[in-house]
Amino acid sequence: MTSNQFMFLLFSAVIVIFSILTVTSRRILRAATFLLFVLVSTAGLYFLLKYNYLAAIQLTLYAGGIVVLIIFSILLTSHISEKLPTAGLLKKWPAALVALVGAALCIVVILQYNFPGSVVDTEVVNVRDIGNSLISYGEKGYALPFEVISVLLLAALIGAIVLAKKRKD
Amino acid sequence: MFEGVPLSWFLVLSTIMFFVGVYGFLVRKNLITMLMSIELILNSVCINFVAFNKILYPENMEGMFFTIFIIAVAAAEASVAIAIIINIYRRIVSIDVEKMNEMKY
Repeated sequence: MTSNQFMFLLFSAVIVIFSILTVTSRRILRAATFLLFVLVSTAGLYFLLKYNYLAAIQLTLYAGGIVVLIIFSILLTSHISEKLPTAGLLKKWPAALVALVGAALCIVVILQYNFPGSVVDTEVVNVRDIGNSLISYGEKGYALPFEVISVLLLAALIGAIVLAKKRKD
Repeated sequence: MFEGVPLSWFLVLSTIMFFVGVYGFLVRKNLITMLMSIELILNSVCINFVAFNKILYPENMEGMFFTIFIIAVAAAEASVAIAIIINIYRRIVSIDVEKMNEMKY
């Protein structure tokens, strides 16, 4: 077993265990903490694949931004000591059936297909190349999605402010 | 093959993560935990994009850019969703989906 395989198995074990705990934990703050562990190990997978910039984005935006936002909203809307009620069996079994059947189907299809693997081990992607691609509109340029994302972020910013504003009744 | 890690391992991992997220979305009744399940689903899709990009087409960067855009969309979605959740909490002092029946016909 190579070191890459070992690190991959370690990260994937952490991801699987903590994502199951995220959706089954009865304390909501603990669920958010487990989600943080899942996101950090995903950043570890990106580091393993040598996408350092992407891993940094994952750590700052997901682990630093979204999880903190979720924890703040948990603290605003519920008590820490409060336990979530467990779902009824009538709701739990169909959901588990859907998840298990879907996962089994996808895994069978994936394992049957023979994916070609190239052994090309490219170097770390340069941040300068990423920036040049984001603002160029020629081949391998991503100027249009970049502009669309910036409009989307502006709309989300304004929408969040308007929605969370106190109403004058 | 990425130095001994085949592509199918990544795909199996992201499949498991995706369906754990689907299970959480179906079972949970609290709005914030449903949002966390959606984050799990988006994250599994990101892993798929990155693995396909690195292992099958290592000279291109499409998967990485799509992952960056997915992360941006997830951030926007989380901020707006949490604004809506806080607004609902102000109105009916609960974020349980079963208690949101004001607009029910």
